[in-house]
This record gives sequence, structure tokens and C-alpha cells, in this order.
Amino acid sequence: MMRALTWHGTNDVRVDTVSDPEIINPRDAIIKITSTAICGSDLHLYDGVIPGVAPGDVLGHEFMGEVVETGSASDLKKGQRVVVPFTISCGGCFHCKQQQYSACDNSNPAEKQDMSATLYGQPMAALFGYSHLTGGYSGGQAEYARVPFSDVGPIVVPDHLEDDQVLFLSDILPTGWMAAENADIQPDDTVAVWGCGPVGLFAIQSAIVMGASRVIAIDHYPNRLALAKQLGAEIIDFRETDVREALMEMSGGIGVDAVIDAVGMESHGFAIDNMFDVVKQKVGMGADRASALKQAILAVRFGGKVSIPGVYGGMTDKWPLGAMMEKGLQVRGGQTHVQKYTKPLLEKIEDGTLDTTFLISHRLPLEQAAEGYKNFKEQQNEWTKVILKPGMEN
Amino acid sequence: MSQNYKIGAGLGGVVLTAGAIAFGAFLSNRHQNRGYDDAANHTKRQPEGYNAQVGRSVTIRKPRAELFAFWSDFANLPQFMENVEAIEAGADGASTWRIKAPAGQAVAVKTEIASKKQDVLIAWRSVEDSEIETSGEVRFEDAPGKRGTRVSLMMAYDPPAGALGRAVAKLFLREPQVQARHDLKRFKMLMETGEIATSARTRDETRAAKQENG
Repeated sequence: MMRALTWHGTNDVRVDTVSDPEIINPRDAIIKITSTAICGSDLHLYDGVIPGVAPGDVLGHEFMGEVVETGSASDLKKGQRVVVPFTISCGGCFHCKQQQYSACDNSNPAEKQDMSATLYGQPMAALFGYSHLTGGYSGGQAEYARVPFSDVGPIVVPDHLEDDQVLFLSDILPTGWMAAENADIQPDDTVAVWGCGPVGLFAIQSAIVMGASRVIAIDHYPNRLALAKQLGAEIIDFRETDVREALMEMSGGIGVDAVIDAVGMESHGFAIDNMFDVVKQKVGMGADRASALKQAILAVRFGGKVSIPGVYGGMTDKWPLGAMMEKGLQVRGGQTHVQKYTKPLLEKIEDGTLDTTFLISHRLPLEQAAEGYKNFKEQQNEWTKVILKPGMEN
Repeated sequence: MSQNYKIGAGLGGVVLTAGAIAFGAFLSNRHQNRGYDDAANHTKRQPEGYNAQVGRSVTIRKPRAELFAFWSDFANLPQFMENVEAIEAGADGASTWRIKAPAGQAVAVKTEIASKKQDVLIAWRSVEDSEIETSGEVRFEDAPGKRGTRVSLMMAYDPPAGALGRAVAKLFLREPQVQARHDLKRFKMLMETGEIATSARTRDETRAAKQENG
């Protein structure tokens, strides 16, 4: 038996004793977890707005650890230290072969594909520790995890790098990087980023590495804005300043070249459950909730680029479709193709191009995970990123 | 009582069979286009009372010959077909499919090969004295470029007459479609990844274990 953070209902997560994971398929591996983080998207589960989560589900999709058991077709070795991508991908299907790993055809169990296929036209791939919409796999906020397709996902990390330096290869670093890549940044570009949570901060850092001449960060938490500034961004507090006006002035009346929405449904509660609730959307609740993205579409210049790493699940109304079409915008989004980025980003961590530790605010033992969730939700200014350590003393 | 029971089990078997097997198959008129557009017949809106026919296609990133060879050995099919317990080969291409039915029962359906074309298609149908009248066809075509093979599974059956028949047909049209889709997805997983995805944490929680333990 092992200890694991389990979901029981809205605002109710607990560290429980549950059964140990086992090797089931040949390509599986079992990982003993040394570090795991709470993600902003975990707060949706905490808020109880994601459908298809069952009491007792083990949460967590950002984790790393040591290989302790391998299936007959795994190429990992016991004792190796690995970081595990949050997307579960087979590596052999049409999408994986094009490095569109988060669109894997084969990771979501057949009997669980119907709901997302109905919502989106085709089924979603599987993710760790999330809703049964994405497979219902046990997550990594636990002592151990079963990792399918272990010959494709986990990346072996060298011993001289600390957990804190490499853990975020599992999700938020590649997610921030892909967000900047989706903004197709050119050397003279001015890029505006909505949201200075972990993904927004990594998108800012990535945009600067990719050569953006100017990056403007938008948020309202002073501490998070300070982190953005420390990375080299100019900042706008949307509570103090008219954002559109400010961006037009800062871009010399042209509009910014690229915009990145790293807010998504998260901060305003525009939640995945809305996809089942067309009525709710029609009375305008959805309208306010995509406000960052709407503002971004108006702020970007004609022919500009719109990147959406922020998570959306359903539909919205009062969409500025006219602006999108008339301005000839390029819009890109998607769950992160993590496996595509782990190796090149590990190299950038090793050579010092990227720092991943600056946003970590708290490190807690796994046993205090519930407290971590509560504070990450309620004290966003101070609690910027929480890492849970199963082995840490209470 | 015994007569009713038998009918019940038989109908249940039809329902399960449909999807499971994907077997059954296939109306002889599959390729007679019933409309003027280019869509597959099984995607056409069906008038009330039309023979139940379900179909599904998947694209699998493997060569046609490899997929055809795997499917040709019917003993392989229960690996990915949810409701098929076993398929035993008989003489002259005949085989007996043991289909799970409600309440722990099983129904046996005897089938014969109706048509077989190397690397292209396998069609089968229930033999004349079979409890369940059904037919199926799986077809293999090259997908564009390097996308592998498009596998299409068609199955059909003639709904029994009367109110009971209509009730079964209604069931059939819902569940078998789902079963056919799931079975084909599992076939794709097995061929492309060598295994069938499960989100179980322990072996006891797997589909197979649950089926074995009832």
C-alpha cells in the first residue's frame, strides 16, 4: 500500500492509503516519486468543475522519480532517474509520428474515448491524474505511479541536476515554451502575455530566449508581476491600467505582434463543465470567462499571432469572430506535445539558458498536500508554485 | 419458459455480437450506393425498419498484409473483442463464436467464410441453422501516403419480426455501434503499440481481470 493525494469532492482532497500500482502492460514502468508539483489545472479538479472525476482518484500530472520496476518491453532500467511527461503517448500512431504527442490515438482506453469524441469530434489522448475524460489514469501526487509507454515518455536526467531544476520538464516548462513557439516570434516582435502563473512566466522566459525584442506581462498579483519583471519583461497591472490603451501606446499605435493567453479558463472559472451546459453559456457566463483571450485578440495587430496555452474545455459566446477574420490572425493552441520538447529543453537547463527554479515558492511533504492545494488556491500572490516531496520529513 | 429464455438469450447474443464482432456482416448490398453522394452506406440516415447495419473505419499505421494476417486467424479476435469469449475453428473455414450474453450466459454462433480475398477482405456469415442471423466483413485498403491501412468493419443482421424484434433492433442500433467502435480501437492499439491501453492501477482492476472474476 502507498500514500497518495486523492480527490473526494469540491475543496476536498486528502492523503489516503491506496493500493500500490503494478505493471500491467509490457511497456509499463513503475516510478518511485521523488518530486511532484501542484499545477494550476489541478485547481479545477479541486474546485469540482471538471466532469468525470471520481472519489478516490489519485491526482497529479507533474512528477519525477526513480524507476523501480519495468515491464518486459520497457527500455528503462531500475535505478534510473526520470521526469515523466503529463501526456501519455504511444509513440507509434499517426499523431505521435508527427510529434503531435498530445493527440495520441492510443493512450486513452477505448471505452473512455466516447465523451471527448462527442465534445470535440475526435477523442482526446490520455493525461495522468486528471478526469476520466482523459483516461482516468492514477496520477503522480503519490509515492508510486504506473507509467504506460515508458519507452516513449520518461526522460532520463543526469544526477548533477537537482529535482527542482528538471521537474517542470513534465508540463509547465514545455507548455510555456510551446506557447512561445506557437506565437511564431520574430526578432523585432513585441509579445504580450496574459497571466503570470507558472506557464505565463515560462512563456515569457521562452519568448525572450527566442529573441523577442520586447515582452509585456499582464497580471494583477504584484509578486507574480515582480517575477515577470525579473525575467526581463515589462509589466502591466490590469487593475491599475487600461490594458488595450497601454499596449497600443507601447507598440507605437500598431498593436502587438503576438499575444499569448496563459490565463485560459483557470482564473475566471470558465470551466470544462460548461461544455455540458449550453444554457449557462448562453446567459453570458461564458462571455466574461474568456475575457483575457478576447482582450488579446483586440490588442494584437493586423496579421498578428495568437497563441493559446491556457486551457479551455467548452464553448463561449460573444466571440470577436469579426476581429479574428478581418485582422487575418493566426491562432494556435493545444495541449503540449511534451515528448517533443523534453530533450531540447533539458539541454537548455543544463547549459543555463533556462532557469526553472525561480518560481518555486513552497516545498512540502506529500502528507501536507491538502494544505498545499488550499494555499495555492487562496493565496496566489505568495504561493506561486508548490512542490510535494514524498520522502520529505513532516 | 424455456422457449422464451432461448429467444431472450439469442437476442441478447445478437446485440452483443454485433459490436463485439464486428462480425457479422455485411449486407450484400453494401457497395450498392443507396444515395447520390459518396458517403458509406452505413453513415446514411436510415429509414425506419431498414435492416440494422453498423460499420466503422479506423486507420492503422501498419501494412495491409500484416493486419490481414492477424485478422485471418480468428483465434486472435477475442483479444480485442469485448464480448467474444472464444472462437474455435471448425472444418472448411467454419468457426464457432462464443459470445457473452447477459446473466453470465453465452451464446454460440456458427459462422462460415462467405468471401476472402488476400490482403483485401474477409467476410463471414452465420450458417443456415444458426440461432442468430448475422453477417460481417472486414476490409483492408491502403491509406493515403504513409498512413498505413484503412480498416473498415461492417456488420448486419435481420431484426426478428414483431415488437420484440423492434425493441432489440433499437438496442442493437445503440450498443453494437459503440461495441464495434471500441473493438476496432482496441485492434488499432494492439497493432500499433503491441498492447491495449488501460488506466487500471492494479492488475485486479483491469477489464480482463474483471471479466474473469465475473
